[in-house]
Amino acid sequence: MTARDDLHAAVAAGVVGSEETFRALLGAIVEVARAIFGAKASSIVLLDEETDELVFEAVVGEGEDSLLGMRYPAGKGISGWVLATRTPLVVEDVHQDPRFAADVARDTGYVPKGLMAAPLLHGERALGVLSVLDRPRASLFSLQEMELLGLFANQAAIAVDLLLKARRAEKLLAGADGDLRVVAELASAVDALEDERREAGMRLLHELSRMLGR
Amino acid sequence: MEDAVAHGWDASRAALPAWSLPKDAVDRIALPGDWPERVTREWAWGGSTGRGARVCILDSGVEADHPSVGGLETAVVISLGEDGEVIASDDTEGDVSGHGTACAGIVRRLAPECSISSVRVLGANFTGSGAVLLGGLRYAVEQGFDVINMSLSTTKKPFAAVLHELADSAYFRRTVIVASAHNMPVESYPWRFSSVISVGSHEEPDPFAYFYNPSPPVEIFAHGVNVEVPWSDGRTLTVSGNSFATPHIAGICALILAKHPELTPFQLKNVLYLTATNVGGGA
Repeated sequence: MTARDDLHAAVAAGVVGSEETFRALLGAIVEVARAIFGAKASSIVLLDEETDELVFEAVVGEGEDSLLGMRYPAGKGISGWVLATRTPLVVEDVHQDPRFAADVARDTGYVPKGLMAAPLLHGERALGVLSVLDRPRASLFSLQEMELLGLFANQAAIAVDLLLKARRAEKLLAGADGDLRVVAELASAVDALEDERREAGMRLLHELSRMLGR
Repeated sequence: MEDAVAHGWDASRAALPAWSLPKDAVDRIALPGDWPERVTREWAWGGSTGRGARVCILDSGVEADHPSVGGLETAVVISLGEDGEVIASDDTEGDVSGHGTACAGIVRRLAPECSISSVRVLGANFTGSGAVLLGGLRYAVEQGFDVINMSLSTTKKPFAAVLHELADSAYFRRTVIVASAHNMPVESYPWRFSSVISVGSHEEPDPFAYFYNPSPPVEIFAHGVNVEVPWSDGRTLTVSGNSFATPHIAGICALILAKHPELTPFQLKNVLYLTATNVGGGA
């Protein structure tokens, strides 16, 4: 094996099954964001650069059963503006205006009274948008809440970056005639073993490696 | 321009690029000497409605017939040709998100008689939006607007150098770029450049309250939380974000420049500083 193949195998060991882990992390982030703000719902949409669409990757609260995987054009609406300008935006009293509600419904799947949206920025890239819907209107919106929203968006952006890296690596593996995938699955399976079984598995792999001439 | 004449300012002097100053040219760059002992808001914009000042909203387009916008001087949409050349076409789509209309409405509220134009750099699609943003700013600078409101920024480093050059060229051409600071701890442009006026939010409800920040890069804080704004389709909403603080300063700049068109961006920044709520006490 070349050094590049070694690298692929090493990456693969960490990649197999990691999509689920990173998705769970995104789910946890929207869950905490909703709880901290006392909001009714929270979601993360990611940009699909190939189709110029935004895709729901994590949803909690209203719409969580129906929105995952749904897509809509990235150029328009509230999240489109937030993404393109890389700037957070807070809008209140949305429901009082049914025409505005149509914009928001397209972006979020339901009509809230208010929404906060922040871009997911990683380095130079805008990856998607974090939205928090219907915070309680007990008080006027404050700058402290804006800062908190930004902190959640930063955390979410890191998780999204990991998810996207895992997807790229998965794609790479899938394109390697399946050979590398077998190696990756093997590495992942051995990694999941414990104690004696893990030791036995490692011995077997070393023996295999020796037999194959390394 | 009446005030400019009264101040003895001559537009032709603006065209003097003095790389050096010969002895016999000293008289030719004599500047208006009637600045008051204390620069007050009354001196800065008392009696001004913004009439004569030209403001550009670089954003998602503006809904010209919204009652809170009250018409536009021009509206163009920016696109890129096959070779990357900037194309500015008449924009008939209005506002693709509502945000540009909000910014125009805030400027109009503060400077009711200024001229407002829209340069749309958003909406076609997301990919390539950074290049369109640059093209739009270049176009706006070439048009010689007095004030360009930029309630947006880019995080793309390759664009930073060109944006910097554009911001500096605007500064020397007497076009003031008023740019939103980022609400999040990320590197974005052009608000970080010293040749623009960068704006963040405060929580006061007063649209004329603004604070000079002695710890830049954010230079000014303006009304940006729970702001009532016009939106597309004739709507009105309550919104928060630095992008709504920015047009408050753009509007105040329009008021000042309408009354004192001779001011350079350097001098205008000084007037903003001297009349800031935490400096001149808002007097």
